[in-house]
Amino acid sequence: MTGATLSGIVPHLPALQVVVPLLAAPVCFLLRRGVICWGFATLVSWAAFATSLVLLQVVLADGTIRYEMGGWAAPWGIEYVIDATNAIVLVIVSGIGSAVMPYARRSVMAEIPANQHGLYYTAYLLCLAGLLGVTITGDAFNVFVFLEITSLSSYILVSAGAGMDRRALTAAYNYLVLGTVGATFFVIGVGLLYMVTGTLNIIDLSERVPALQHNRTVHVAFAFIVVGMGLKLALFPLHTWLPNAYTYAPSTGTAFLAATSTKVSVYVLLRFLFVVFAPSYGFMALTLDYVLLPLALIGMVAATVAAIYQYNIKRLLAYSSVAQIGYMVLGIAYGSVEGLTAAILHLFNHALMKGALFLALGCIMLRVGDVTMRGVQGLGRQMPWTMAAFVTGGLSLIGVPLTVGFISKWYLITAALDDGRWPIAAVILASSLLAIIYVWKIVEAAYLKEPPEGRVVREAPLSMLVPTWVLVLANIGFGINAEFTVGVARTAAMGLLGGAP
Amino acid sequence: MRHHLVLRVVSKILIPFIILYGLYVQFHGDFSPGGGFQAGVIVAAAIILYALIFGIERARQVFKPEVLLVFAPLGVMIFALVGYAALALGGNYLDYDWLVANDTAGQHIGIITVEFGVGLTVAAVMTLIFLAYAGRTRDIDDEDW
Repeated sequence: MTGATLSGIVPHLPALQVVVPLLAAPVCFLLRRGVICWGFATLVSWAAFATSLVLLQVVLADGTIRYEMGGWAAPWGIEYVIDATNAIVLVIVSGIGSAVMPYARRSVMAEIPANQHGLYYTAYLLCLAGLLGVTITGDAFNVFVFLEITSLSSYILVSAGAGMDRRALTAAYNYLVLGTVGATFFVIGVGLLYMVTGTLNIIDLSERVPALQHNRTVHVAFAFIVVGMGLKLALFPLHTWLPNAYTYAPSTGTAFLAATSTKVSVYVLLRFLFVVFAPSYGFMALTLDYVLLPLALIGMVAATVAAIYQYNIKRLLAYSSVAQIGYMVLGIAYGSVEGLTAAILHLFNHALMKGALFLALGCIMLRVGDVTMRGVQGLGRQMPWTMAAFVTGGLSLIGVPLTVGFISKWYLITAALDDGRWPIAAVILASSLLAIIYVWKIVEAAYLKEPPEGRVVREAPLSMLVPTWVLVLANIGFGINAEFTVGVARTAAMGLLGGAP
Repeated sequence: MRHHLVLRVVSKILIPFIILYGLYVQFHGDFSPGGGFQAGVIVAAAIILYALIFGIERARQVFKPEVLLVFAPLGVMIFALVGYAALALGGNYLDYDWLVANDTAGQHIGIITVEFGVGLTVAAVMTLIFLAYAGRTRDIDDEDW
């Protein structure tokens, strides 16, 4: 390909970011054969990752990109709008996708019946397209459409675990019911906003809604959207679908969904809270302080405590995800540039941690077939590389210096102290200390206990270890040099709050 | 349903007209209310009516699930490929103006092709959903209903 055609493609990258995976899904369905589908899905993921990297670079250099779908001008047509906030989310989603896919071949072969492989990769591609679409679009109703694509395909990803454990079906059904309630609430909220403003374009909405701070319809729309997205992002106490869904989904499905889908919902919440509603005082501003903040704090502690008592490690990590979402919502609830920077930073960092941890668990699932506390006994010596990856991910989850977790918590605590809210900083520290307990439980089982009699286990195959370690090294790399991520997060936070970047 | 003479005769007369109406809604969608989704549902309704009256087995022989399973993704691909065609010809994704020299003609061609894709997918998926569910009751006797 020549340079001229390449530069001709760049203006169309916003569309290609979504429609390449979207077209790939039916193609993958027609390809049928598991291995071919896997290769195809891997290539598409890498293409999407490359696209998102170019987009991020363009956004950081030239500012916001706007792309008119079908050539229809903005308030009438659907436009894609990319600024620093969603550019970084695009990079996370497609990046995790391209780390999970090379890993998927062995894991999927072991966990899912052969006749379902093609369908599984199709559902994955649809999910990827949906997540990227939710993130990139600048149209409130379009967000809902892509949210539905994402949700429907992620129910399939979860239920694909039924080959190993039939409980995956009830987990997926539970997720379906609650996910549908969440999406319906969201669309009711968008409908109410359309009723008062007559527009669905997010930029248009952001110009009209703040003037209607005291309109009752806007308040109701706000409530519906916050609760709807709260369900989708598993905000405590709306998280009940999450532990089962993550526990019974296939390893690759869990790794992908845990690292991306709740993050995208957090992004939607950010976008609506600060760009559309932009509350400065009154009912909506108080919601941040008196609803989101306490729920985030309770979630951080309660979910961490719940995680300590788990026997199944996948479920343990699922509860830890609920707690980590608490950190993100906490940053959002501060409502300040520092708070939002911390929230966006943690959104990025948590995707890296949970991606690495769930991929390491997938390796254990492949070799041992059991991801409970008993299953990991003695694995420190039998699968040294996998366990080392897991422990590094765990350290990052606690927030040990030189890992991304430390950066997230540093900024969260600094943001709390800047506002003089030292009790909140104390809660963050306390929940981090509690996290040490559950990580230590796993470390103790893996390194200090003898493996069960007669169990012979080999190290995981290279095709799975390499993607896992790529994410682990990203945890360390972005933990040592956080300049780039912090810079992007700060630009994004300032953009969301309307200040010049 | 051998003994339901009235149902059989009436549906035999009606099914062609239902399909014809579906095609009308399909291809007149760019001028009047309607379009691919509605047309797909109407055509699928005709197929489902056929299956209800003449039995799932015969419906499966006429509308083979293997073929429908190809049509369903094919429709989506037609939609997406029209978008790519606009892109390749120099416009934005799905910008029909670029499909041919004349803008208005481009819009017509674009919307009809896209709606054809939608209709194909919707008809195939509706029929597949029906066949999948109805196929599970094959062992229930007609008299037991």
